Amino acid sequence: MAEIKKATGLMDWLDQRLAVNGFIKVMMSEYWIPKNINFLWAMGVVLMSLFMILIVSGIFLLMYYKPDIKLAFDSVNYTIMQEVEYGWLWRHMHGVAASVIFLVIYIHMFTGIYYGSYKKGREMIWLTGMALFGIFSAEAFSGYMLPWGQMSYWAAQVITNLFGGIPFIGEALVIWIRGDFLVADATLTRFFMLHVLLLPLVILLLIAVHFYALRFPHVNNQDSEEFDFDKEAKKYLEGRKKESKVVPFWPVFLSKDFFVVGIALTVFFYLVCFHYDFAMDPINFEPANNMKTPAHIYPEWYFLWSYEVLRGFFFDIGGIAAMDIGLAAFGFANVIFMLLPFLDRNTMHTAPAHKRPMFFVWFWLLLIDMIVLTVYGKLPPTGANAWVGFGATIVFLVLFVLLPIITKIEAKNEGAES
Amino acid sequence: MRELKILVVVLFFTAVVYWGVEPFAHSQMHPHVAPADFAFKDLGTNDKKGNASKGAETFLSAGCTGCHGVASQGMPSPMDDAAASASFGVVPPDLSNAGAIYDKHFLSALIKDPTKALKVEHKFNETRPHPMIAFYGLGGDLDQEVADIVAYLQSIAPIAPLSDKQVFQDACGRCHDMKYDKTMSHSDKAALTAYMGTLPPDLSIMIRAKSDEYLSTFINNPQKQLAGTSMPRVGLTEKAQNQVISYMEKVGDRKKAEREDLGYKLIGYMVLFTLLAFAWKVKIWREVH
Amino acid sequence: MAVEESRRDFIGMAFGGFAAAGGIVALGAMKKTWDPLPSVQSAGFITVDLSPMKEGEVQTIQWRGKPIFILKKSADMAKNEKRDVIAGGSSYSVMIGLCTHLGCIPTWTPSTKQFKCACHGGEFDASGVNTFGPPPRPMDIPPFKIDGTKLVLGEEGPEYKKMVAKKA
Repeated sequence: MAEIKKATGLMDWLDQRLAVNGFIKVMMSEYWIPKNINFLWAMGVVLMSLFMILIVSGIFLLMYYKPDIKLAFDSVNYTIMQEVEYGWLWRHMHGVAASVIFLVIYIHMFTGIYYGSYKKGREMIWLTGMALFGIFSAEAFSGYMLPWGQMSYWAAQVITNLFGGIPFIGEALVIWIRGDFLVADATLTRFFMLHVLLLPLVILLLIAVHFYALRFPHVNNQDSEEFDFDKEAKKYLEGRKKESKVVPFWPVFLSKDFFVVGIALTVFFYLVCFHYDFAMDPINFEPANNMKTPAHIYPEWYFLWSYEVLRGFFFDIGGIAAMDIGLAAFGFANVIFMLLPFLDRNTMHTAPAHKRPMFFVWFWLLLIDMIVLTVYGKLPPTGANAWVGFGATIVFLVLFVLLPIITKIEAKNEGAES
Repeated sequence: MRELKILVVVLFFTAVVYWGVEPFAHSQMHPHVAPADFAFKDLGTNDKKGNASKGAETFLSAGCTGCHGVASQGMPSPMDDAAASASFGVVPPDLSNAGAIYDKHFLSALIKDPTKALKVEHKFNETRPHPMIAFYGLGGDLDQEVADIVAYLQSIAPIAPLSDKQVFQDACGRCHDMKYDKTMSHSDKAALTAYMGTLPPDLSIMIRAKSDEYLSTFINNPQKQLAGTSMPRVGLTEKAQNQVISYMEKVGDRKKAEREDLGYKLIGYMVLFTLLAFAWKVKIWREVH
Repeated sequence: MAVEESRRDFIGMAFGGFAAAGGIVALGAMKKTWDPLPSVQSAGFITVDLSPMKEGEVQTIQWRGKPIFILKKSADMAKNEKRDVIAGGSSYSVMIGLCTHLGCIPTWTPSTKQFKCACHGGEFDASGVNTFGPPPRPMDIPPFKIDGTKLVLGEEGPEYKKMVAKKA
């Protein structure tokens, strides 16, 4: 046991018992971040803030929500929205944050792709990040079911039915997931459990691993420049702050993040109070009715691109049913981003996309294609819309087939140059 | 400068996605319809000038009170709610306020040809007649007699303005519940379901499900937004319809004022927060740049 | 150290203070979210019409989940100036029907005009004053307001305040 002396103050008292000074150094004041960054590097802290908002608002919703198909709708729309003091605020914040967090996730993700922050030692950051994306999707989907409105019910119906397309076990699997032969009370209660307990636990764990995974390869920078962090940190600590290529997480990096968070939350509260329909679909303010499907059903905007990949194949090919091809393409779309570090065959060279000509084209084509998929994912899939969706789906699949090829060529060319 | 360029790119793509999934998608899914027609042009007009005292006699002779009560004139409805539900599917309206809330051209047309005025010709025909029987006249000039009845209804309408809730109950409350205001329709649910084909929805938070633009065209002419629906045209004057919508907003979105008021405060707080954060950031980064 | 350095700078303190103030206001909003709902609060007020009660009759009603005894005193019952509720010229005993010993509900025994607690044999007279056994004090009087011949439970009327002041 260490020698305990009479403490000179609270910090010292704590330091002797918990080594807080060392901890603060490691986590905050001597956790080094490159200086050559832009506001896109603040998205992690923005995500963290939004996630905190989701947890806090969720706690208050949980106090009054009743996971029972007879009570759920009124507990949300009457008790929470009309009776509970500030209940409406928590619900609007929860709904809007759930939608906005996906926008920030996408920005965060495309930032990583653009600057090549997914490879050469940073694979674990990317993998945990994509796992977070997957669990957040499940979290969003399970939460969407809870108000038990028309969209809740029909989204649950359609998405659980998707699993029915899996060969052999599909039908039994759907019943297993639902806990009933139809989307019913059992379904609501188990998705409630997933939403408030199991998935948030997994998310917290994944966030911890995601942060931890950053420590060894360090945060990337705008030019994907590699340098010796220890040497730069030493310069900073010696007072040559302007010369050093790094800044500490606290207060320098965070001071910029707080500013970006401020802007993000200003927009956020505008959306919460004045412009929330995009995140809280009006159709979901009608109670669930298992005898009437709404005229237009569509997932929330952040699922649209993969939903469009799912329904892009609207005709059978070579004797395989359109539904099965769609399901396979959907499965592909949901795992392919995970594999990005391994599809990029130029493994040893990290550079921003504007210094990788072929990859640059690939990046913007992917972004534009995903936006096309997103927009057409919401439109009724009839006539020309169906063909645009089909085309964009093919482009999406082809882009990922091409990625190993173009990165291989890139690696070869770079090898020839040097 | 580079940050601004990046910001522009991020904002541009965000805006394109937003435009695509919100305004554009909704314009494709919900085609624009003509605005509400409070003149009820499709029903024509009745130019005859009505005489209220003659109308009172015609009203009684025409047999209106066989189904309708006029409570304000001491004429209770002839049947209780249960019996009326069983006979008609829905409790027939008391006509005390009819002259105040319904348009007079609509009322004229309704008396002469209910299915046409209500736009429910797809549901009712000779084999399945509408419970309200068309008025074929007492032998005189039909248009004059109808105009007299309408004049009578207008003459007995209350002078004091009706509250939003009263208008709602008269116009919508025979079929629709307003659970969150503890107001339930008097019609028997089973009879009503059989009569309408489906149970008319509770309207407590319909204001959040349908925008007020939708509601204003829908109440004025349901077929325009939802072809084939069994909901009849309501025939409200513009003022009465606005009262209905404002009541729906009061019940379904009762925290609206609080939300907007708090919205300005939250945004104001965040703006100041951001400015202070910016000042602090500039100060901190001055040392390292 | 960087943390201490930033504490000394004015802008940093202003920013931190402003953020903390926002947090405190948010805590206030959260406290309000925990408050009992308006529907719960309004259920905490009940109005009882005393006029149909007969002399010597005991009525038990529920108020905030507790039994309330209302006894219209007959002429042969002793008046208790400190505890009687006067409405419409008659005296009533109004009390929370829980034994002040351990919270059982005493029963009214008309023959002896007593409230008897089955749990440990405590006894109270018609005014609710403890007369025998372990109860340490008379049965509690709920906040009330007199409105003609009606009694509003849950609201503190002038008569109730006077009664509380007398006791103190």
